[in-house]
Amino acid sequence: MSNREKIAEKVRQWLKPADRRRLRRDDGGADTRFAEGADAVMNKRLDRRQALKAMVTGAAAGAAVVQTACSPLGGGSEKAQLNWEEYFKKNYRLMTDEERAATVTRLERLSKLEQNADPHIQTTPPQKGVLFGYAFNISKCQGYMDCVKACIEENNLDRGSNMQYIRIFEIENGQDGLASANGDFYHEVPAEGHYYLGTQCFHCENPPCVKVCPVGATWKEDDGIVVVDYDWCIGCRYCEAACPYFGRRFNWSTPQIPADEVNQEQHYLGNRPRKKGVMEKCTFCVQRTRKGKLPACVEACPTGARVFGNLLDPDSEIRYVLANKKVFRLKEELGTEPKFWYFTD
Amino acid sequence: MSKPNPIHFFKDAFVTATSGSLRYHLWMGCLTFLMILGSYAYWVQLREGLVVTGMTDHVSWGMYISNFTFLVGLAAAAVMLVLPTYILDDVDFGRAVLIGEGVAVSALVMCLAFVTVDLGGPHRAWHLIPKLGYFNWPQSLLTWDVLVLNGYLALNLLIPFYILYSHYKGEKPDKRKYLPFVVLSVFWAVGIHLVTAFLYAGLPARPFWHNALLGPRFLASAFAAGPGFIILVLGVIHTQTAYTIRSVIFDKLAMITTVAAQINLVMLGSELFVEFYHPTEHAESAMYLFFGLDGHDALVPWIRTAIVLNVVATVVLSLHPLRRRRPILLASCALLFLAIWIEKGMGMVVPGFIPGPLGDVVDYSPTWVEIWITGGIWAMGFFFLSALTKVAIEIETGRMVHVSARKGGEDA
Ligand code: SF4
Ligand code: SF4
Repeated sequence: MSNREKIAEKVRQWLKPADRRRLRRDDGGADTRFAEGADAVMNKRLDRRQALKAMVTGAAAGAAVVQTACSPLGGGSEKAQLNWEEYFKKNYRLMTDEERAATVTRLERLSKLEQNADPHIQTTPPQKGVLFGYAFNISKCQGYMDCVKACIEENNLDRGSNMQYIRIFEIENGQDGLASANGDFYHEVPAEGHYYLGTQCFHCENPPCVKVCPVGATWKEDDGIVVVDYDWCIGCRYCEAACPYFGRRFNWSTPQIPADEVNQEQHYLGNRPRKKGVMEKCTFCVQRTRKGKLPACVEACPTGARVFGNLLDPDSEIRYVLANKKVFRLKEELGTEPKFWYFTD
Repeated sequence: MSKPNPIHFFKDAFVTATSGSLRYHLWMGCLTFLMILGSYAYWVQLREGLVVTGMTDHVSWGMYISNFTFLVGLAAAAVMLVLPTYILDDVDFGRAVLIGEGVAVSALVMCLAFVTVDLGGPHRAWHLIPKLGYFNWPQSLLTWDVLVLNGYLALNLLIPFYILYSHYKGEKPDKRKYLPFVVLSVFWAVGIHLVTAFLYAGLPARPFWHNALLGPRFLASAFAAGPGFIILVLGVIHTQTAYTIRSVIFDKLAMITTVAAQINLVMLGSELFVEFYHPTEHAESAMYLFFGLDGHDALVPWIRTAIVLNVVATVVLSLHPLRRRRPILLASCALLFLAIWIEKGMGMVVPGFIPGPLGDVVDYSPTWVEIWITGGIWAMGFFFLSALTKVAIEIETGRMVHVSARKGGEDA
């Protein structure tokens, strides 16, 4: 970087907040186009104030008590009321079915009020006798990245920061380490003399990311999917440091998705839009796979390099691959037991 | 005459802390100014998100957690004074120990502040409160850290409070009442530091941290930087206030600092040997740190500076004639403090992320927001430290006592 660029970069850093503020003021319409607008930020500030008050009055023990005591503070508007109740909800794992239904109702209503959107948020539980597994055929993948695109659209990933769960590495034939791999290639594929290897969250059976979370905001479900409760995560990023596969992504800023591109078929633990300051990751498309569909990446792959299925079903394709192909996993020595295998034809 | 009660104590303490010479007010004013700058930067960060920092998904902890790690060490170092004073009845340390505990309290306040500003959702921090939230204990080392740090803070507030309050009332503190807590706090200090080291050492995903020497090295460097810092503070107190510190205290503290710095260097050498004698893939973080990797070398100047400072300071401290000269002692303590701040902060936390688990090499450098916030938090720490030491000194020198304990005509 030349000195000039450095200075320009510095200036940009200085200007950024002010610029954004100006934009926000001038262009009120722009905010509502995004799934999470300035309103969300406002409400967060409100939450903090109320929380403080709640702590001070010692009423924090029961959200219901607090809510009646302090609702005048929120101005009584429906949105403030809903946000208030959302703020004091429990960790998803501890909620009863009624509480889950209640939060879904609130979230759907909030989307309506804030973005005029009508999402359908499921809470479909893990199905009995299902343990999901994934296999990736490195002889077939050509690096087309259709999976990446499908994932972004299916899972409402932040377009602002160009977030991607899937990474495709281009590796020279004869090399095996990721150290020599190229994770950002911008040229025509497939490149002569190279093979391609995709990574994402591997849904480890023994996930280090889950162990370290101080608030239990991330856990492994019974069907083997490792999920994050976006409303419970405090954003400490310990899990991101603990993941040996770069499987996690953090929302460094408020995610931005054009309103007409938001996938409205959502799951509480899956692709519902996230807020800034929370962790997210691949969920094996929980909103699809628990209903018997394939993950978006598997469906999008034009070469058939991606195999997904139930590891407990002896007749599944994934079981066939595991039984008949030469398979390997990344960093097996760490004992994480990823449910994501690589194989060759 | 009214009986003394804690309300009088805190009122008098407040008055003491907020009055003083012009120099004192200027100093506190500067700190306040820095805190205001830091608050502004934090406000920007709250509004925009952590995107205004230099951190990314690749290097997901930066300056905040680096400072946090270093300050835990500083807090733990108070034990170096506590141990001999209260348990072995070493009168020499008596005057210094309250200062040491003031350092510990200030460092802990800074630690908690650094962790808070690092959170993506500080308003959801109540999820950490056991029972109310979901406290993932004992699995998560971070919950251990929350426990031990808050416990240590409580201990380091209570013990000095009891002692100072007794003196304020004109009584002699009862040893039987506080000694058990002192013993506890000694173990606790080692605990906070080991737990913080385990926070990193428990992550097999990061080979640079995943080694058994991390804990002991944390301790050694803490016991060098901590007493080194206390020497500096005592140096300032000795020259700026009426509270004189005897030379033998400096000598003893300098001894501790020196031995710890030597042990720290030995461990550094052992680490370097393992990493570089036969470099494996796991040595790449160290490679990045000391020499740069694939043309990325943001940390190289930092760590080389740290090593040079470290070696120079340790050598100077190890030579008796040099160490005995007060200005040289203070200067080398400052160098050592700076060296360990770099080495254990930026030099320990950041390279753990580079290269990333999939081989990505992404540089990290802090932005103005991070620097301002960091500056603000340090200013806050010094603010606390100044206020606490001022009160402690005024009590210990008998200038702040309760009216009922005042002996004829003495001025408060
Ligand atoms: S790949 Fe990473 S994020 Fe996914 S389960 Fe394993 S450790 Fe967790
Ligand atoms: S970032 Fe969120 S999910 Fe990850 S460890 Fe912290 S609280 Fe848990």
